[in-house]
Amino acid sequence: MKSFYEEKIHRWGRVSLALAILLFLSYPVLVSVYFKTLPDFSLVLQGLLAVAPVYWTVGAIEALTFGPMLGSGGAYLGFVTGNLTAMKVPAALRAMQIAKAEPNSEEGEVISTIAIAVSSIVTTLILVFGMLLLNTLRPVLESATLAPAFANVLPALFGGLAVVFLAKHWKIAVVPMALMLTLFLIRPSLSSAISLLIPVSAVITILVARILYKKNKL
Amino acid sequence: MNFSVNHSILYVFAGIVIVFVLGQSIFFLLKARKRAVELGISKKIIRGTITGSALFTVAPAIAILLGLISLSRFLGIPLPWMRLSVLGALTYELPAAASVAKILNLPMDQSVAAPSVYISIAVVMTVGILSGILIILFFQKKMQARLKRMKEKDAKWGSILMDSLFIGMIATFLGMVFSDIHLGLSGWIPVFVMLFSSALMAVCGLLIKKWKMTWLENYAMPVSMLGAMAFAIPLTSWIGG
Repeated sequence: MKSFYEEKIHRWGRVSLALAILLFLSYPVLVSVYFKTLPDFSLVLQGLLAVAPVYWTVGAIEALTFGPMLGSGGAYLGFVTGNLTAMKVPAALRAMQIAKAEPNSEEGEVISTIAIAVSSIVTTLILVFGMLLLNTLRPVLESATLAPAFANVLPALFGGLAVVFLAKHWKIAVVPMALMLTLFLIRPSLSSAISLLIPVSAVITILVARILYKKNKL
Repeated sequence: MNFSVNHSILYVFAGIVIVFVLGQSIFFLLKARKRAVELGISKKIIRGTITGSALFTVAPAIAILLGLISLSRFLGIPLPWMRLSVLGALTYELPAAASVAKILNLPMDQSVAAPSVYISIAVVMTVGILSGILIILFFQKKMQARLKRMKEKDAKWGSILMDSLFIGMIATFLGMVFSDIHLGLSGWIPVFVMLFSSALMAVCGLLIKKWKMTWLENYAMPVSMLGAMAFAIPLTSWIGG
């Protein structure tokens, strides 16, 4: 039998998501009304033609890949609050792993939701304080000394995560890692298409895992 | 009405969106926390999840703040503030704004002066990124139900399947870290940073398992991440990135 939480989470998620979409769309509308100016529709069309084909594909892929990972509460919240790849997804994974909660279980679902909610609140607060203290912080944050640290957020993040997850399932990880490594060595420019490559790598990993599982090697 | 990318009314409009999403986050946090207690998850684990997630978020959030600063030259503060606090990510927002700037030949180190251009950019940034959120809105329930059925049928495979998704994602990023090594020694900096982060995580793992320092579990990720970021500073100065 489903719990009250499980019953309600989709309703809460869908209502808040629909409201959030309306609010996101209202920003340009409100600016338009306030300044009594319409957007330049030809510019909008040209801009969308330039970015939408890629972003809509990436967005769809992210939803299909990250949705199941994060659980319902985590997915509804994570997709509204954004910054998924470099923040919300690793935050949820880390939290579920430490709590020893299985993803796609109710325990995993609530832990993932807590991690994403906290991550979102902290990001919002840091951006608010950052804005208020912008003049003081700008020279520090943009200093040449700190630049290498911020240029290496992703390697620093995924280096730690790799130890946790790859140590647990190194047999599954060998093939996708070798494949991705080869791909990026041959075509370094693919780093700009990372979001498109994540599902490719995920599908390959699932195939490898399925073969090993069927052979009782896992 | 004189338009400026930092007009006070724009802060109000952006603030409304951010307050709503902040409220949504608090709502989900409270509901999930309540359910976690009902499920018998210990208060120590819940507290650890909250503290660990907060600490873990600090470094990426500062990187986002840097993105806000870089976009603010072109779009002012309110729009990037809203876009990077909710929904977006710098990897989407910057190219979306740049694509419109390119069409009009606008320099991105100067503020947008025309409100129609500003509104057009806001529309492109908003509509350009809506697909993921729409799929979650309409299909998350179905996806979750299907996964649950699969897990009920074969629990072990269900668990391996989820881990495979994570590993697929991590493998992609690990591959990407090597994408600059053709540049010579400076291109190896991200690789060394990643290895340093892994080493710190391994040390934390040892301390947790061998010396039973379980309190370290929630801090292992922030420690390895911030430690590796700090390591990048002398390393870059030494190698000359």
